[in-house]
Amino acid sequence: MPTFLHYARLKLQNWPDILFRVITRISAFSVLLLLAAIIVSLVIGSLPAINAFGFNFLSSAEWNPVTEEFGALVPIVGTLVTAGIALLIAVPVSFGIALFLTELSPRWLRRPLGIAVELLAGIPSIIYGMWGLFIFAPLFGDYIEPWVNDHIGTLPMIGAFFSGPPMGIGVLTAGIILAIMVIPFIASVMRDVFEVVPALLKESAYGLGATTWEVMWNVVLPYTKIGVVGGIMLGLGRALGETMAVTFVIGNAHSLSKSLLMPGNSISSALANEFNEAVGELYTSALIELGLILFFITFVVLTLARFMLYKLAKREGKVT
Amino acid sequence: MTKLNTLVKSIGLVAALMIAGSVFATDITGAGATFPYPIYAKWAEAYKAKTGVGMNYQSIGSGGGIKQINAKTVDFGASDMPLKPEDLDKGGLMQFPAVMGGVVPVINVNGVDAGQLKLDGTVLADIYLGKITKWNDPAIVALNPGVKLADDTITVVHRSDGSGTTFIFTNYLSKVSDSWKTEVGEGTAVSWKVGTGGKGNEGVASYVQRIKNSIGYVEYAYALQNKMTYTQLKNREGQFVKPDDTSFKAAAAGADWEHAAGFYELLTNEPGKASWPITGATFILMHKSQDKPASAKEVLNFFDWAYANGGAMASALDYVPMPEKVQKLVMTAWKKEIKGSDGKAIWK
Repeated sequence: MPTFLHYARLKLQNWPDILFRVITRISAFSVLLLLAAIIVSLVIGSLPAINAFGFNFLSSAEWNPVTEEFGALVPIVGTLVTAGIALLIAVPVSFGIALFLTELSPRWLRRPLGIAVELLAGIPSIIYGMWGLFIFAPLFGDYIEPWVNDHIGTLPMIGAFFSGPPMGIGVLTAGIILAIMVIPFIASVMRDVFEVVPALLKESAYGLGATTWEVMWNVVLPYTKIGVVGGIMLGLGRALGETMAVTFVIGNAHSLSKSLLMPGNSISSALANEFNEAVGELYTSALIELGLILFFITFVVLTLARFMLYKLAKREGKVT
Repeated sequence: MTKLNTLVKSIGLVAALMIAGSVFATDITGAGATFPYPIYAKWAEAYKAKTGVGMNYQSIGSGGGIKQINAKTVDFGASDMPLKPEDLDKGGLMQFPAVMGGVVPVINVNGVDAGQLKLDGTVLADIYLGKITKWNDPAIVALNPGVKLADDTITVVHRSDGSGTTFIFTNYLSKVSDSWKTEVGEGTAVSWKVGTGGKGNEGVASYVQRIKNSIGYVEYAYALQNKMTYTQLKNREGQFVKPDDTSFKAAAAGADWEHAAGFYELLTNEPGKASWPITGATFILMHKSQDKPASAKEVLNFFDWAYANGGAMASALDYVPMPEKVQKLVMTAWKKEIKGSDGKAIWK
């Protein structure tokens, strides 16, 4: 058989392969297309606000639908602060959960505990919001915030962040609810990556007389750092964009306050609250620009995470 | 082959049903305000049982209702905030009031019962401006001799979402307080000076119920259903009134609908000794020139029926039906303003 015929036959036989390749390629590129389309429509939608306020939009704390003056400072700060509080609480706790599940827990307890963590990840955010508003916020306001006021609120420097009327609703409550929401994500990723550490590595370290903590800190964590950072970023991504749970407990006030106990606002909850009834082009446009900013913040955070991993990878082998 | 045959047949049947459905469906569609949704739904149910014509109402918010009717995606829009005559003209729209309700201040103060605390417009405005911060402020105490008020900080609760309720409330405060008018103004969403925002009437209600020493404002129905502590208010005639259908009706009776161009009439701070000062109507928006006269006729039929037969249902849900005098005015306006593309009046 001549070669070209051979080729043609091969090609003919391969048509499902080719079709498959084309379909997968289209799927992959559609993601890029979608991303670009979202950015473009966000930018177009926010043009009136960008023209009206310019960079002032980022630094102004004014949010007045009556006079149509808008600034994004309060929601930006609220978004970053609540996500920050959430990570501050969630990362150590998740590390503890993952450590216990992989190293310390008796074997029979691992599965039920692991499943419980995963179930926690599956609870819809509105449930967290309602639980936060009806159960957690009252308890927090009645028992914990007065204590925080009396003991931490009186300290120099950080005291100003922890004083205010104990309403149970505010930036701190939102941060704590977010922490509870992201813990299952971070913990289950951490557990999964901790589990793939070769037993040989750990056994060698134990053999050298290392304690469990030393094995975790010096062997397991360096081996799994990419996965761990990835898990944290997944949690951060959820914390930044979380809407319903935050809306319920953050207080939704467009006012900048030093105290974490006072109500604030986040980008996503401002959008959820105000988009439906926003009247007028500038108001709608300002809200769309908020969305654009959230998009940008998420993008920057992910880029920073990549950059951090890259730096870590470069250091590999140099530091012992 | 038989299988295929059945499949083809059933597809044909489904298609036939769908076509039949679209031929006979004269269902009317509307979208807008969330506040009247319960009564519209109730009316729609009763109307469908009687006439077979369904009404599909989406409670997406007043702002959304205005956008949808401008885009002509619905037969009628609904808004708690009436459009100004010039805005109506711009969109070629007409509006009419459908049903009324009241907004009531609600409080959570230890030892104070529903209807016990008396407030007036200036004091309410000053509380929401952050000028009065304590429950035992001399201005509050002066209005309430005999009521024990402690030295507690007032927590102000307002709506976090844009809302017709907020519009009615801030419209009232603007009428009674000059500093409110200049510093904050009126609108479905405003720049609040103090306080915490709750989402929806239910959000404000739950915040007020659980934050001690708080004050908020909700639709009357919410205050009743949640058994909240409402306050009395001093009306334009200097009388203290409690919120109930008598005082809402009194406010509606005092309104001058006849001379209100495009039914742009706000029922806040109306004259009348028994008038509740924060009353408002919710409005229906329709295009003056109708491309689909048949569905416009159905909408008008529906509201005609609701005016005539829906009063008891409205009262049962703590809304206030429109007085008969106003209904007549509305129908005159239908006759005069809503026309088909041929220029003929749709309502006869």
